[in-house]
Amino acid sequence: METILAIGIGVFAGAGVWLLLRPRTFQVIIGLSLLGYAVNLFIFAMGRLRVSAPPILEKGMVGDPVAFDDPLPQALVLTAIVIGFAMTALFLVVVMAARGRTGTDHVDGRED
Amino acid sequence: MNRLPLDILAILPVLLPLLAGALLLLFEDRRRVVKVSVSLATILALLANAIALLVICSTGGENGTGRVLVHLLGNWPAPAGIVLVADRLSALMLTLTALLALASFVFALARWHKAGPRFYSIFLFLQMGLNGAFLTGDLFNLFVFFEVMLAASYGLVLHGSGTARIKAGLHYIPINLVASSLFLIGVSLLYGVTGTLNMADLAGRIRGVHPEERMLLEAGAAILAVAFLVKAAMWPLNFWLPTAYSAATAPVAAMFAIMSKVGIYVILRLDLLLFGHDSGPSAGFGSPWLLYGGLATIAFGTIGVLASQSMPRLAGYSVLVSSGTLLAAIGVGSEPVISGAIYYLLSSTLAIATFFLLIELVERGRAAGADVLAVSMEFFGVEEDTEEKQVEEEVGIPLPLTMAVLGAAFVGSTLLLAGLPPLSGFVAKLSLFAALMGDGATVPGSSWALIALLTISGLAALIAMARTGITTFWVPMEANLPNVRAVELVPVAGLLLLCLGMTVFGGPVMRFTDATARMIATPTAYMQDVLAAPPVPAYKQSGSAKP
Repeated sequence: METILAIGIGVFAGAGVWLLLRPRTFQVIIGLSLLGYAVNLFIFAMGRLRVSAPPILEKGMVGDPVAFDDPLPQALVLTAIVIGFAMTALFLVVVMAARGRTGTDHVDGRED
Repeated sequence: MNRLPLDILAILPVLLPLLAGALLLLFEDRRRVVKVSVSLATILALLANAIALLVICSTGGENGTGRVLVHLLGNWPAPAGIVLVADRLSALMLTLTALLALASFVFALARWHKAGPRFYSIFLFLQMGLNGAFLTGDLFNLFVFFEVMLAASYGLVLHGSGTARIKAGLHYIPINLVASSLFLIGVSLLYGVTGTLNMADLAGRIRGVHPEERMLLEAGAAILAVAFLVKAAMWPLNFWLPTAYSAATAPVAAMFAIMSKVGIYVILRLDLLLFGHDSGPSAGFGSPWLLYGGLATIAFGTIGVLASQSMPRLAGYSVLVSSGTLLAAIGVGSEPVISGAIYYLLSSTLAIATFFLLIELVERGRAAGADVLAVSMEFFGVEEDTEEKQVEEEVGIPLPLTMAVLGAAFVGSTLLLAGLPPLSGFVAKLSLFAALMGDGATVPGSSWALIALLTISGLAALIAMARTGITTFWVPMEANLPNVRAVELVPVAGLLLLCLGMTVFGGPVMRFTDATARMIATPTAYMQDVLAAPPVPAYKQSGSAKP
């Protein structure tokens, strides 16, 4: 499982960085999103990978931490997803404005 | 129990602008009276709050280092929940933010607040993000406040619209989004190794990290630092800054002067908290990088200042010189140097903000590109009388004294940026020099390099400003008197007077920065106060039951 996750993060991050360096705004946006996925998976992995372990205690139960998954990275990932989503939407607006103003979707605002 | 009424002061700087900004979204932009008065009241309240925090945090405590106010969010005790922490350094930064916000906002009232939609709310949200970033004691919470601040800054950089601003935004936004990704990677690596996000707890645990995991920890800290260094604009992560800052409208650029200082603040705090002198095997991690990176930044900024053909870009490169100086000083890391650096931070932030505001006033009456033309003509030796066009203005009437006042303010900001007496820029540089020389016996080569670069950067700033001043003020004036309103001159004069005040009361201010440096260099009190902060007892036990 670790290998698959590591490959997944690597592919996402690699593709994201490559797209980020492309000259079209659409490619940059997709690149940022892919990079965001890579980062989110990475945060998730930092809470250690566990299969079929619950992240929260049952009501009234006293638990041994070893039997549970770490809930904090999951909460962090949720926050990061929401913020990333909002930022992508915001950037999309700027990209549309730039497209309208400059008449091109090149990141420098002019065809080279 | 006595912290019950006080610790609310640590959350109000976040709550007030959030509530006021959200409330103002409900009003149409046409209802300017409501919007302006609510925003102004909020900014004044924030200033009062920040000054109250400054007074509270700088009195009391052991060894006179002052008190640390801790607010437990949701009443969860420290390592488990998120804390807001106000100490001398955060209170100082809050005050600086509030002062700049007041000046920029009053300046914007003359005309810029009408230049785009929802200026007031975004401006207040920017303040919320800034205040939150200065107050939080939790790394992930810091990320959230960074994003609030950045989201507001994306809106503000586009304020006033126009192709140049949108093009600048198109570069500014992705760079900061990528920096945020690095921020998250760094934070999660630190969490993965130490199992905590609370800064005070992290500082304690970092000493006991297993040697095998230390490399991972340092990698995480380094990635995290890159995210802050992008914000603080260390070379080579700073090519975006002059373009973005010079494209923004004047009041926004003045507020952005403090935004690059957020990165500096976080590095200053975390470097001394996590990798201070008594933090075990990792002590001093990253300091050489900060020192030499800072030196490179000063050199790059200096060349940029000399090469700038327009005033906004000159101001943008001055931001880089200021950032580089601060980063190098943090890299040196001794207590007196940090104290000088904090003084320099206050002085240079005020100076750059003043200059950004002033530029817009001076340039108002001039034809676009006049600066570039003047400098190129000088360079190519073209002797030609260009007739400068008079631009029609809607607001204001020409004051007879306008150019005299603007010229005096220009001289003031030149003195500040170049670090010449009698203004605070000189005191700041002198205290840095004195601290770097120490007792004069053994001064390392890097300190000499920093002293040399600081001197050269001051000279470069003087040359560039004098050149700009000559082409701006020593030309026939009748044709292009800028229309300036008094409400725009007041903030500029106020900021300059603040710098003058920092010079006149240099002694007390230096004593304050000395105590601040002492406090953040020995963070044990901070760590204890944060981790031992007791939760507020349940409501019915607090003895304030309703009749």
